[in-house]
Amino acid sequence: MAGVDFYHVDSLLTEEERAVRDTVRAWVDEHLIPVIGQYYLEGRFPKQLIPGLAELGVLGANLPEEYGCAGLGSVAYGLIMQELERGDSGIRSFASVQGALVMYPIYAFGSEEQKKKWLPRLAKGQDIGCFGLTEPDFGSNPAGMITTARETKDGWVLNGTKMWITNGSQATVAVVWAKTGDVEDAKSIRGFIVPTDTKGFTGKDQKGKLSLRASDTAEIHFEDVQLPKDAILPKSGGLKSPLSCLTQARYGISWGAIGAAMACFEEAASYSKTRVMFGRPIGGTQIQQVRLADMLTEITKAQLLSLQLGRMKEAGTMTPQHVSMAKRNNVNMACDCAREARRLLGANGILAEYHSMRHMANLESVYTYEGTHDMHSLILGQEITGLAAY
Amino acid sequence: MKIAVCLKRVPDTTTKIVVAADGKSIDETGVKFVPNPYDEYAIEAAIALKEKAGAGETTVFCLGTDASQETMRTALATGIDRGVLLQSTGSADGFEVAKALAAEIGAGGFDLVLFGKMAVDDYNHQVGVMVAELLELPCVSAVSSLAIEGGVVTAEREVEGGIEVATCRLPAVITTDKGINTPRLPSLKGIMAAKKKPLEVKPVSLGAGGISVTGLTLPPERQAGKIVGEGPDAVVALVQLLRHEAKVI
Repeated sequence: MAGVDFYHVDSLLTEEERAVRDTVRAWVDEHLIPVIGQYYLEGRFPKQLIPGLAELGVLGANLPEEYGCAGLGSVAYGLIMQELERGDSGIRSFASVQGALVMYPIYAFGSEEQKKKWLPRLAKGQDIGCFGLTEPDFGSNPAGMITTARETKDGWVLNGTKMWITNGSQATVAVVWAKTGDVEDAKSIRGFIVPTDTKGFTGKDQKGKLSLRASDTAEIHFEDVQLPKDAILPKSGGLKSPLSCLTQARYGISWGAIGAAMACFEEAASYSKTRVMFGRPIGGTQIQQVRLADMLTEITKAQLLSLQLGRMKEAGTMTPQHVSMAKRNNVNMACDCAREARRLLGANGILAEYHSMRHMANLESVYTYEGTHDMHSLILGQEITGLAAY
Repeated sequence: MKIAVCLKRVPDTTTKIVVAADGKSIDETGVKFVPNPYDEYAIEAAIALKEKAGAGETTVFCLGTDASQETMRTALATGIDRGVLLQSTGSADGFEVAKALAAEIGAGGFDLVLFGKMAVDDYNHQVGVMVAELLELPCVSAVSSLAIEGGVVTAEREVEGGIEVATCRLPAVITTDKGINTPRLPSLKGIMAAKKKPLEVKPVSLGAGGISVTGLTLPPERQAGKIVGEGPDAVVALVQLLRHEAKVI
């Protein structure tokens, strides 16, 4: 697939960024897109793709080479997320969690020993990670979490439940956030590295999803999970630590959404030229042209938004509020594109053989996770007025 | 083993070609350029041979404008060690291109010189075999399977209804066909490492040559198909049309 580039955004990318994008694009076209429909229908994660993703160097691609990663810049990393989500939001979610929510906190808050032990294995896909922050009753309000880590003379004891955990069933290691002090004290939140074979750790697949069906989503439970002293991420402290991971992941999501929208636009544009109704291609009707024009315009705006966000991230001037705007705009844009593409495809649009409805259903999760659309509105509202509405 | 691979930058085969205002070149605006797909087999063969030997050096040669550097970096990202760009606007005459490449490659002392069997932009199938002739080296063209043992090349070519097996001694020139291997994708680490690999730029001037392009036209648009009818009754009409309109029987 050639991608969508109406405004020659390619000319704003470096040679390496284009090469990274083209490589992941070729991989997705060859290995992911041909099989994803079937895995989605069966509600399974295409596990066999992990070694290929790892070999390419996709996992934690923006972390330094000394830990076995590719050392890419933020725009190149964003383009990887775009291409993966052009295939499926579930596969992008897998890579986001492994890179931004597991490898990043170990890199940012871990000791040198922890980094050396875990990062190369996670980059190679020898370990699969998950991130435990959200709880059944604490989603948009993670400060209220009730999972606790109590210090003992030998280490820590973990108790609690986390929900909506991507990679939760297949993970070999979890980065878990828990309160080390009083349950009212959000400042006592710390991160822990928890091998999932530790006694008392259980993961249970969350059944009945109508979205992200090719992604592993689980509830994980800790019952007196005993951890050694060095399980704690020493540099983590307070809610800002897990939130900084989410900023990394949301940054990638803002790019990923563009990929999903591109896939839907390309499918719709191609279908409109070949599907004949009333004796002519439906692309020759005004109503479908409006749909396609709207989609291309919104995709182009989102591309420019994410590219500038990436350049700010590289320059160190990006704030979480900047990320909120891109996540909110781009995911909403992708939801709209997917729905319009599905409608343009008519009855065929409800089949798994086409991609738009799968993207449409996936994007409803993406709209809700990593800070709901509404929460990002409130973050921007607070940025504008100085008044918190949540 | 020292291996040379030649690479050409060509428009992506999925690109919609637009003839430029001069009527004899293509309008490059918005056209995506890629490594010639047949050359990718040659690149893969070079990397795999070096890996198998556990030693050696691979060099990619390209004749083209500065824009070809990006294409060459892809080869370096995949695993080729170094690159030499023969900087030129190129020529429609494959013989002029072959002379420039042969002059450069001939001085390099290579054991094996690999080409794609043709470039998908002009479909000439010329340069690889011409370079072999100029260098007075044995050449097997359109190779779909390649093995090298003790300085002897065994190469298979797919011919009408069978396979032809050719052998020759190194140094030799091989042009690659599809089926010889599955080209690997560069890794992201490889892309970052490619920035640091040497890429030498040498301006060359090509002779005038005997061939010039006087015009380019796109193939005519395909006409819509015609449904003659259904069942035995349609057979007579179909035969009539095939005989008198399409004139194929």
